[in-house]
Amino acid sequence: MNNQPSAKKFLGWFNPLGRNPGSWAFIISRITALGLTLYLFLHLIVLGRLAQGPEAYQEFLALTENPVVKIGELAVIGAVIYHGLNGIRIVLTSFGIGVTRQAQLFYASIVLAIVGTLVFTIRMFAG
Amino acid sequence: MSEKWTITLRTYRQKEGEAPRYDDFTLDVDPDEYVLDAVERVWAFHDRSLCFRHACHHSTCGACGMRVNGVEKLTCITILRDVTQNGATLKVEPLRNFPVVSDLAVDMGDFYKKNEMVDARAVLPVIEAEIEHPSSAWNPNDAQYIRLSDCLECGMCISACPVAATTSEYLGPAPLAAAQDRGIRRNPELLNIVDSEDGLWRCHSAFECTAVCPSFVDPGRRIMDLRKQVIGAKLGQLFGK
Repeated sequence: MNNQPSAKKFLGWFNPLGRNPGSWAFIISRITALGLTLYLFLHLIVLGRLAQGPEAYQEFLALTENPVVKIGELAVIGAVIYHGLNGIRIVLTSFGIGVTRQAQLFYASIVLAIVGTLVFTIRMFAG
Repeated sequence: MSEKWTITLRTYRQKEGEAPRYDDFTLDVDPDEYVLDAVERVWAFHDRSLCFRHACHHSTCGACGMRVNGVEKLTCITILRDVTQNGATLKVEPLRNFPVVSDLAVDMGDFYKKNEMVDARAVLPVIEAEIEHPSSAWNPNDAQYIRLSDCLECGMCISACPVAATTSEYLGPAPLAAAQDRGIRRNPELLNIVDSEDGLWRCHSAFECTAVCPSFVDPGRRIMDLRKQVIGAKLGQLFGK
């Protein structure tokens, strides 16, 4: 049945070919949502280390100095900014505000997410 | 003398019980012809078993909606020059999210039923029509004049919609736009139809419906407006109005 979930349908959501800005926003929103959900679990696991004592937690924190982990953190920052701004875009358009400007609102969300991530990048690597 | 191009029309083929495949047809075309002309040429000179829907050839009937290079197009108004080039391959496929009847023809039955559920208007008084730059202001006496509804019922919005790809139960952009056109206040019986699990709240705001609509219905905007109408009606019910 066409109303049953399937891997093909799931993957179809992420195909940007021939699509328009509204779909790009839709796709990126889902990718960032999945990423942030994964991050939430990782975050809870890290906090769980607190229960094992300060040494275990400090040991984990030392990992955060690894450049790969830092890039991961920047990805989280970019995802949070974009996902939040796109959420505001969806709320606005759902109430009929800016519907005809939804593509521009998407572009603005992307630009602000890039700028925000760059600011954090500078602070993270310069500091 | 008109310009001549040679293109390869890669055509989706699928008959009942068969696996889908693509057939390539080499065609000499005028680049200012329409995609539908090329499809008809395949049928006329290469393969009489090719099945596709068409009727009016001037974007009124909505029958010839197909995917052209992956994008939903009304093929009778899509000029070859705009979607391909000399020597290139142009892919034509049936609309998505509909059962394929044969080759490029799909079964639109469920879609038409959904339009009937919301009693979509085929014609409407001109004073209620959204007409850009009307030559003069309407007055109530003009209500006697009617015009065709903008929606061609081509189904391209359903084909492009990611939510319709997820579930066939979703009411879909065109029926929701038709419900918006009729109005919840004037037709309160629509409230339970659109304010349902598979109704307007299922829209995920991808706005692909608006992007592919060949008739400026702008279903995305209408769905958002319908949400406002529904919230207004619900609040009215809450406060006993």
